[in-house]
Amino acid sequence: MRALFSFIVVIALVAIVFVGVKGANLEFLFGVIIPYAALATFIIGFIYRVVKWGRSPVPFHIPTTCGQQKTLPWIKDSKIENPSTTAGVIARMALEVLVFRSLFRNLKTDLREGPRLAYGSDKWLWLAGLAFHWSFLIIAFRHLRFFMQDVPVVVQWVEGLDSFLQIGAPLLYITDVIIITAVTYLFLRRVYIPQVRYISLAADYFPLFLILGIAISGVLMRYFIKVHVVGVKELAMGLVSFNPTIPEGIGVIFYIHLFLICVLFAYFPFSKLMHMGGVFLSPTRNLANNSRMVRHVNPWNYPVKVHTYEEYEEEFREKMKMAGLPVEKE
Amino acid sequence: MYDGSKIIAGLIVFVGLFTFPFLYNMGKASAKPEPKIDTPVIQQLAEKKCVEPKSFMRAEHMKLLNEWRDSAIRKAKRVYVGAEGKEYTISLQNTCMKCHSNKKKFCDECHNYMAVKPYCWDCHLEPKEKKL
Repeated sequence: MRALFSFIVVIALVAIVFVGVKGANLEFLFGVIIPYAALATFIIGFIYRVVKWGRSPVPFHIPTTCGQQKTLPWIKDSKIENPSTTAGVIARMALEVLVFRSLFRNLKTDLREGPRLAYGSDKWLWLAGLAFHWSFLIIAFRHLRFFMQDVPVVVQWVEGLDSFLQIGAPLLYITDVIIITAVTYLFLRRVYIPQVRYISLAADYFPLFLILGIAISGVLMRYFIKVHVVGVKELAMGLVSFNPTIPEGIGVIFYIHLFLICVLFAYFPFSKLMHMGGVFLSPTRNLANNSRMVRHVNPWNYPVKVHTYEEYEEEFREKMKMAGLPVEKE
Repeated sequence: MYDGSKIIAGLIVFVGLFTFPFLYNMGKASAKPEPKIDTPVIQQLAEKKCVEPKSFMRAEHMKLLNEWRDSAIRKAKRVYVGAEGKEYTISLQNTCMKCHSNKKKFCDECHNYMAVKPYCWDCHLEPKEKKL
């Protein structure tokens, strides 16, 4: 039901822009106003969320420890899995952000006869996640050719590598195939595994369908339902130079693609997609495990009035002596 | 804010990355491509028509060229029947480039704008254009 709801929402979004452009000629709304509004929502919302996280104190020192902590010199410590230095933390974060190190340790559990609980390696989620995220990044980077008058060589290299199989014309992009396969797998996984289906919400399905919609509309536009691609670049260049124009005859599939991207941008700060910023702010990842060397002070701590033993003895020395209690200073 | 300097540095990188096209294009004028079809051969044509209508050619020329390549090289079939029933010889250099002899002002105009590098000229000889 939750999957169906998300699916219907994405279909409705496509229908809205189709009717808006085909029926009501709202090219300027979908081609200029909504993209600007979506980007502004994305950037302001993202900053707001990150600043809000930044203002939350971390009361405890809670890095996850996946290896031997730094201790006596003759015990070898695990410098990345249990980092005690900033360099170690940077290495651990880089592995986490770039290759999803913690997801690589994903396990599946199975209740066998006995009853006996069995654990097994499960790398499919890691593989599909990695394939999806990297394809998305490469695709986004490739799109820079629509936003720059003289396309930098780096963008052309990436594009050349991505299409080096030279299949068909226009050349097939490898990332196009990978992203659709990976997103489809990530969706089927949610539906197929009962435990995962049980915990999946509409907010999990919606981004999947939205990204699938973006990928499919992009693929349709490049390989099947052609658009006036020079016009698309004119529109994009108009947007980024604050000189918006709506060229004639681009084709409605482009507006569908653009609108779904705008929805993704606008939805981003309100959703679980904020893990893009959140991964850098995870205290279990970004703290060094140096609690034996450096004291972590809870930012909530307020100055506590204490009464030390010296002060206590100073106050009650005579009475203690009279009662025959031992005192430190005579 | 805790660790404010690090978080703000990260946010500046974030804003920089996502507004990069805006920053890059600041104060730069953009020119639209204008492919030219004023070659001598085209001007002598009674009916200025390509093998298929303009709208089709604009969107599908790469697919058509790809099919022509497969047809001529792999099937040795060198006759193409256009939408109006007219027959054409399947040849990039003798059919396409005969009319569109101005590669720089026709092909390259849009291809450079879109940063597309077709691999036609990996095999075919690039036409030698007279300097005007």
